[in-house]
Order: sequence, then C-alpha cells, then structure tokens
Amino acid sequence: MLKDITLGQYFPGDTPAHRLDPRTKILLVLFYIIALFCAKGAAGYGVLALTLAVCVRISKVGLRALVRGLKPVLFIIIFTGLLNLFFTPGTRNLVEWGPVRISDAGVHNAVFMVLRIMLLIMGTFLMTYTTSPISLTDGLERLLNGLKKLHVPVHELAMMMSIALRFIPTLIEETDKIMSAQKARGADFESGNLIQKARALIPILVPLFISAFRRADELATAMECRCYHGGEGRTKLHVLKYQGRDYAALAMGAVILAGVIALGRFGI
Amino acid sequence: MNEMIETESLRFAYPADEGGQPVFALRGVDLTIEKGSFVVVLGHNGSGKSTLAKTFNAVLLPAGGKVYVKGMDTLDESLLLAIRQRVGMVFQNPDNQIVANVVEEDVAFAPENLGVPTEEIRKRVDDALRTVGMYDFVRHAPHLLSGGQKQRIAIAGVLAMEPECIVLDEATAMLDPVGRREVLSTVHRLNREKGITVVLITHHMNEAEEADRVVVMDDGKIAMDGTPAEVFTQVADLRHMGLTVPDTVDLLDRLRRDGVDVPLDALTVEACADVIAEAFDNMRQV
Repeated sequence: MLKDITLGQYFPGDTPAHRLDPRTKILLVLFYIIALFCAKGAAGYGVLALTLAVCVRISKVGLRALVRGLKPVLFIIIFTGLLNLFFTPGTRNLVEWGPVRISDAGVHNAVFMVLRIMLLIMGTFLMTYTTSPISLTDGLERLLNGLKKLHVPVHELAMMMSIALRFIPTLIEETDKIMSAQKARGADFESGNLIQKARALIPILVPLFISAFRRADELATAMECRCYHGGEGRTKLHVLKYQGRDYAALAMGAVILAGVIALGRFGI
Repeated sequence: MNEMIETESLRFAYPADEGGQPVFALRGVDLTIEKGSFVVVLGHNGSGKSTLAKTFNAVLLPAGGKVYVKGMDTLDESLLLAIRQRVGMVFQNPDNQIVANVVEEDVAFAPENLGVPTEEIRKRVDDALRTVGMYDFVRHAPHLLSGGQKQRIAIAGVLAMEPECIVLDEATAMLDPVGRREVLSTVHRLNREKGITVVLITHHMNEAEEADRVVVMDDGKIAMDGTPAEVFTQVADLRHMGLTVPDTVDLLDRLRRDGVDVPLDALTVEACADVIAEAFDNMRQV
C-alpha cells in the first residue's frame, strides 16, 4: 500500500513541455505566478487560463491528473472563497439575511481569488508533472548558482535534495518491511482512536530512524570513497544548455506577463 | 615498484564506550599486496578484516604504524584524493552506496567529483557499465534492480575512477548465490583482463578457491598467509580459529580420516572429483 505513494508526481513523456530546460520551466512558473498576482479583471484571468490550457494541451498531461492535484487544497480554496464572499464590504448588498451579507465586491473577490489559487496550483503542478525531480533539482542548483557568492550552500542543498529523492523508495520499502514484522508480532495499526493509532506508529518509527541513520553513515563513507569533497571543482555528466526552444518559450512567457500587467493597469 | 598496498606494524583501535577500554581491532599487521594480484582476506566476525580493508584507502587512519598506497602515506592529507582514486572500495549493502536515482548518474558520481571533463565522463560511464555487463540498464532506477545487479553498478561506479586496486569489503555477504556468482566472476575478469589488483574481504571460504593468495586474520593479526592450497590444508588450525574449510577440503579431510588416500589441496569441485575418482580406482585395483 505504501508503494502507491508517488512523490514528485512526474509523468514521463517526450512532448515539447518535457523537453524544455528545467530552468526555463522554473522561470516560466515564476512569470506565471507574478502575472496571476497582477491580473485584475476577467480579461487578465482569461488570458492566463487560456495560457494554462494551451500548456496542458501541449504537455499531454490529462486534465484529470491536474484537477486531482487540487484535491488536497480543496479545503483552503473553499475557505478562502467563503471568507471573501461574506466579509468583503461592497457598495451594494446582494443578500442580506440577519448578520450575513454578501456584497457585489464579495462575489467578485471570491470568484477571482478561487480562480487565482486554482490556476496557481495547476500551473506549478504542470511543471512537476513534466519535469523529473532530478532535473528539477539540477535546474534549481544552476539557477541559484549566483547565490554561492553570498555563501548560500547551493550545491549542498541540491545534493541533499537529490539524495532524499533517491532514498524515498528505499525507506518506503523499509517501512513496509518493519510494518509487516510488527504485524507478525501482533501489532495493530488499524483500530483504536487517533491517539492509539499514533502510539501504534512508535514501534515503526524507532527502527526506521535507527536504520536511516545507519544508512546515512554508510552512504557518507561510500561517497567519500568515491572522492566526494563538496561542490568545488565538480563537473557534470549532463550539462544543462539553453536551446532555441527555451529562448522562444521564455520570450512568449515575458510577452504574456507584460500583456497581463498592462491589462491589469486598465483594470480589466 | 611492484607493491600496491603496504602496511607496516599497523595498529588500530576503536574508541571505547564510556569508562571502558578501547577495542583494539588491529594489533600490528605487516602485509604487502602485490600489484595485479587477487588476494582474499578471511576471518570470522571481529577478526579485524573489515577494519584492515578500511585503512587501505584512508577511510580509517592508522593509530600506530603506516599504510602506504603505491608509496603514498595514507596519513598525508594532501594525498587523500590521489589515494582514494587509486584504491576503490565496494561495501556490503548495495543500497547504501548508490547515490543517484539513475544508473548512469550514479556511475558518473566519482568522475564528477574528480572534475573529469563531461565527454570523458560519458566515455568512462559507458565503458564501466559495459565492463560489468550492465550497459542495458543505463537509464534504469537502481532501486528496481536485484542485489547482484546493484553491486555490479557499485563496481562500475568505482571503475569509473580508473582505479588500480579494488577492495571489496564483504561485498557478497548480502547477496543470493546467483548475485554472488555475478559479482565474483566480474571481479575475477577485471583482475585477469585489466590487471586490476583485487582485495576481497569475505567469510565465505569458497570464494577464496581461485585467489592467488589467502590471508587469514584472527584477533587483529595475520594468522595465515599463503596460496589457497597452503592455507586450506591446515584444517585443524582453521577450525580452531572458528572458520570452516571449503566444502571440497572438508570432504577430502573426512575421506582421509576414514583411511582413503587423497591429497587435501584439491580445492575446486572438478579437481576434488578427479582425485577422489583416482583414489577409488587405485583402491579397486589393489
């Protein structure tokens, strides 16, 4: 059952969206987020929704997978929507029912706020769906390279992230094994209230942590044996290189961003 | 210079638990490993064989005495990378020495650390994977491979450094018989075809049959040192140290005790079968 967890949620493929440099995709998502916060009216949101629709179409990621990504944040979306709906003071009240009021501005805000969050999440998910976790870390490391001058440990952070990604399946497998071992000795993970269930997890977590630390120790030795000595003077098997398509995609992204900001100026 | 690794009255102690005495794992080891040889180090748990292996590439530093790798002192910190590049090490648990999510990225890890140019890394990765017979898995995820395959990836990862010596620290201990055979035939081939010095640490006697030399460790010292035939014929001494002898020698030993005239030093299954057949032929003629 634990094996079903997919972290990073990458759908392998070979579409133009998959082939873009990870750095391009990170930058485009950044553009998209800025544009979302600059959009004011229906026209701006329309452009952004259309952009996302086109990107989804190109990436061949099913719309269903994308909508499924919204599920965990459904509560936040609904909560934000309701909050905006009831508590925005407006010029005209559409509904007045005791202390509950819904103003025209409230409806406007609620609709656009919900739309903004949904587009934001779907936009970022589209990136993680089309980019493998390793190339994402690689792209981040290269993008943040400039911060090394400010003594930000960029290489170390990227290395930690890729090792974490590498060990997720190993540790999940191990958890499965420990759970089976404890079940064989009569451990019960299903019944009882929340506190009892949480307590039942202790006999899993303790061995898991011990083994994780042992693994970390051995891995560190193995890395040193293979001459690892930090990021200094390190070369790469795969070097990221911007292609024509990356410049084209970035230019289009910039145009859309500028367009949405301009539309926002006119309030539409 | 013909010595790959040389130790001089090497001593090592693990730090003590609170209030206890430090544990001496090595108590004066003098050992010279010739370039291009295939040496098997045997010993039961706690004999110091793994500790010895870890001093060969400066993972552990001697507390007394010296270790030289091609004349380089492992205590000299400025030579650390040069030493580790020459003596590669493969460990017991395949999962805990694979760094990357993709086979090729993992094999590339060492040359990346050494600052090898990109095209050269590509070449080394492909060559190393072909050598261990794992080229078909270049873009696979390592955690989906079998134990033997993972260990071969680990060997490829070491080979990509272009080392002169490979130390396998109980690298076959967690494998099934098929995986063990895969790994052993790979290192034997590396030794024969590429002239790479191999030091194999193990407690499986049968893995020592084809070695040039067998070193038996006991209580932090070298107890026996010689060819497999010389070492394994000392059946009583080996048993005294808590070690078993290879199945073939065990059989020959029992036959001898029952009065059958066979030599003890027929180590491989074929040689053993031959000498037994010969002995029984002789008995029939008499």
